[in-house]
Amino acid sequence: MAVSTPEIDIRIPTILRTYTGGEKSVQASGSTLAEVVADLDRRFPGMGERLLEEGKLRRFINVYLNDEDVRFIGSLDALISSGDNLTILPAVAGGS
Amino acid sequence: MLSISQEFVDAIYAHARADHPDEACGVIVGPAGTGIPTRHIPMRNAAMSPTFYEFDSIEMLKLYRDLDDRDEVLVVIYHSHTSTQAHPSRTDIAYASEPEAHYVLVSTREELAGANEFRSFRIVDGVATEEPVQIR
Repeated sequence: MAVSTPEIDIRIPTILRTYTGGEKSVQASGSTLAEVVADLDRRFPGMGERLLEEGKLRRFINVYLNDEDVRFIGSLDALISSGDNLTILPAVAGGS
Repeated sequence: MLSISQEFVDAIYAHARADHPDEACGVIVGPAGTGIPTRHIPMRNAAMSPTFYEFDSIEMLKLYRDLDDRDEVLVVIYHSHTSTQAHPSRTDIAYASEPEAHYVLVSTREELAGANEFRSFRIVDGVATEEPVQIR
């Protein structure tokens, strides 16, 4: 029996749509967030670099699995199921 | 140019003064395609710091979903500087990720002695450009 890897919808923020040809929503597959990000980077080269730094999620990029910030559910190890959705939002932050 | 009502200018200042000495942050949203700010949403500064602000991540997700549902966009993203002038810092410019928004800064530093300092900028590709503000 073939094990199917879930393909999920990913919401892309305005600033990263240059990588997706302007698409607001794209698909990628993987059983963990790390695999999804790797697949996203295969389909849209350059995306990986914008999301990861030294193999970890960038500090000022928020990634949500359904309604949860992935930092609270294992970050790149978060498990993905079919029907999940991912939202990427750059943090709104700054300092004086 | 940013065109904004006196009511929102006052609301931003009230928020900034209430949170002083921590930085206050929030947005004013408006119908997509109009560029007109119509709804003020104060955001929680998750950093709770006099030198840094960051929207609370879950509150921010709700905000973006709400905007999608209502066909609204971020017209103004504001925050306060509590001991420096109302000009984007290097960090503000580095993290700015909404090229369509007006980045508003206000200052509540002591030397102003209660006077308003309200300035607006576009921040695109790492460059901040000040723009005129018209208060209606």
